[in-house]
Amino acid sequence: MEQRIAVFVSAILGALLLIIFAGVARSAGATASADVVATAAARWRKTVLWTLVLLFVPVIGYSLTKLPYATSGPTASVIVVDATGQQWAWTIKPDTVPVGKAIEIRVNGADVNHGFGLYDPNNRLVTQTQAMPGFTNVIRHTFAAPGTYRVLCLEYCGLGHHTMFSQIVAVAAQ
Amino acid sequence: MTSTTAELRARASAGYAGVAPIRGQGIVAAYAGITALVLALLMVFGLLMKASQAGLITVPANRFYQLLTAHGIGMVAISGLGGAAVMWYFLSRYVSLSPTILVANLACFLIGVVLVLGAIFVGGFAAGWTFLFPLPAHSQGAWGTGAAAAYLIGVLVVGVGFLLLFLDTGRAIIAKYGSLGRALGWPQAFSNTTEAAPPPAVVASTVVTIINIPAIAVGAVILTMSLVNAYAPGFHVNALLAKNLIYFFGHVFINSTIYMAVIGVYEILPSFTGRPWKSSKPFLLAWTATMLMVLAVYPHHLFMDYAQPTWAAVLGQVLSYTSSLPVLAVTAAATLANVYRSGMKWNLTAGLLFAAVMGWSVGVVPAVVDGTIAINRVMHNTLWVPGHFHTYLLLGVVAMLFAFMYFLGLRTGASDSALDRAGFWMYVIGSLAFASAFLAGGAMSIPRRFAVHLDPWLAIDKWGALFALVVVAGALVFVVRFLGRVRSVSA
Repeated sequence: MEQRIAVFVSAILGALLLIIFAGVARSAGATASADVVATAAARWRKTVLWTLVLLFVPVIGYSLTKLPYATSGPTASVIVVDATGQQWAWTIKPDTVPVGKAIEIRVNGADVNHGFGLYDPNNRLVTQTQAMPGFTNVIRHTFAAPGTYRVLCLEYCGLGHHTMFSQIVAVAAQ
Repeated sequence: MTSTTAELRARASAGYAGVAPIRGQGIVAAYAGITALVLALLMVFGLLMKASQAGLITVPANRFYQLLTAHGIGMVAISGLGGAAVMWYFLSRYVSLSPTILVANLACFLIGVVLVLGAIFVGGFAAGWTFLFPLPAHSQGAWGTGAAAAYLIGVLVVGVGFLLLFLDTGRAIIAKYGSLGRALGWPQAFSNTTEAAPPPAVVASTVVTIINIPAIAVGAVILTMSLVNAYAPGFHVNALLAKNLIYFFGHVFINSTIYMAVIGVYEILPSFTGRPWKSSKPFLLAWTATMLMVLAVYPHHLFMDYAQPTWAAVLGQVLSYTSSLPVLAVTAAATLANVYRSGMKWNLTAGLLFAAVMGWSVGVVPAVVDGTIAINRVMHNTLWVPGHFHTYLLLGVVAMLFAFMYFLGLRTGASDSALDRAGFWMYVIGSLAFASAFLAGGAMSIPRRFAVHLDPWLAIDKWGALFALVVVAGALVFVVRFLGRVRSVSA
């Protein structure tokens, strides 16, 4: 979902900007009064600025309600998974979890910075956090569907970085 | 200080001869020549990496990550060097800069480059350009402490050179304008004084000076701490603190390369359009706003470090939306207004400047999108990231640097050929397509910085490699053309 939003917004606004620049480039051979153009440009600048402000305020406000950070302690029924990155392998315990239950993945790095990236069975990145030495970063996640979820390293950690694959298997709850 | 339309037209027809700085001309040409050579080399490195990921050639993993490290640190440093050439060239028209310091910076740069290249290609150092602590000291036998030290000291020496340069620009600006605030146009921005505002080149240079001095100092701190840790592992640094220091330094410095290079847009484009670039109140306010926000926005690199205080992440997101806008908005709007129905004639210099502002503007969109924490959760450290920064660096700052090289060539009486125009279209269209392939890869969740890609990712990699080849071909036209003129330019 988030990937689609990113692509949609970037494609629409990027294309709009390209069209505007192309249009102005094509107009360059014609002539008009610099003062008239400057006045119109100032008006446009003000309109665009206020449009962006009106757009940004609700977007920022709404998106900040979707923060991935754990803001409270774990509930009693949460299932804890410990994930540790070390050059160049993951240690994940347990590596099998039930679907539909709240999971708390506690991520850290044993040596250098790694990145814990959780991919769904369609190879789509679902969530991530950094695996850092000296810190435990907590992901709260509920697996919606059964399957094998790959774990890739998403922070460059040395020559074996691209070999740091592991997995978490989500199974239907008994 | 603002030139009239007639003066601008005359300056254009004279190829800027007579307004160029008398002292330092040869050094600026040397900066530009080195920039051209290094850009070409680093672009070839990038092409090799993309072709390897696509499975078209085989680059061993250790060599891939060495190329990755060299490409990253090299592009940051050479964008700085090229940007410094643009800034020095035009700022020296308004304030009295020291050519000796300009030479000292170049000397530091070259010494640093030798150390860094030796660390990477002789010592095998491959910790990435960000040298994330404590990776330089944890190679698993891939490189030794000496290689790590050579890299860290090399970057430190390059930083010392730039620090000298910015201390000199600060000195010269204060000597001329009395204070940095006056050079930022604060009297004009915040009061009704009738005194003329400083020219855009001075305003931008002042911002670059102010933000880079603390950025380089912070970079020196973490480089030194990493160096000590390499030799004395018992010397421990908090990994989160280290990240904060690295990204503050890196974010500010790479942004400053755009702010340095964009001075070329302010100074050169009006000579084609005949419309002066004014230090209007919105322009002055925008630069001050950007200066303050660019110093505080770097936490957006740390959204996925959940241990970072939430308030810092929220600040990073809000400033990601707001910090990019002021200078970009006034620059993009003024560029469009400057060119629109101006009666100008296009050439490579003007075309590249215009395309660069376009690339900067377009690239900021996916960057701001990625600056949203909820989206960053599934985009961070995927190919989306090089997708957006290649848009505003490759088709932004680097295009500005190539424009500056063509601009210097104008002084020799050179004109554009069909090959130049072909190079232009290859570069512009190739860059947009190349960056789009990166962005598409990010949307497919492909991780960045992977030496080996999975089969489902290879198709988009092949498109990326093809477009990278087109970009490199276009860039080589620019580079060869400029190097053919550089002797005349420096005369």
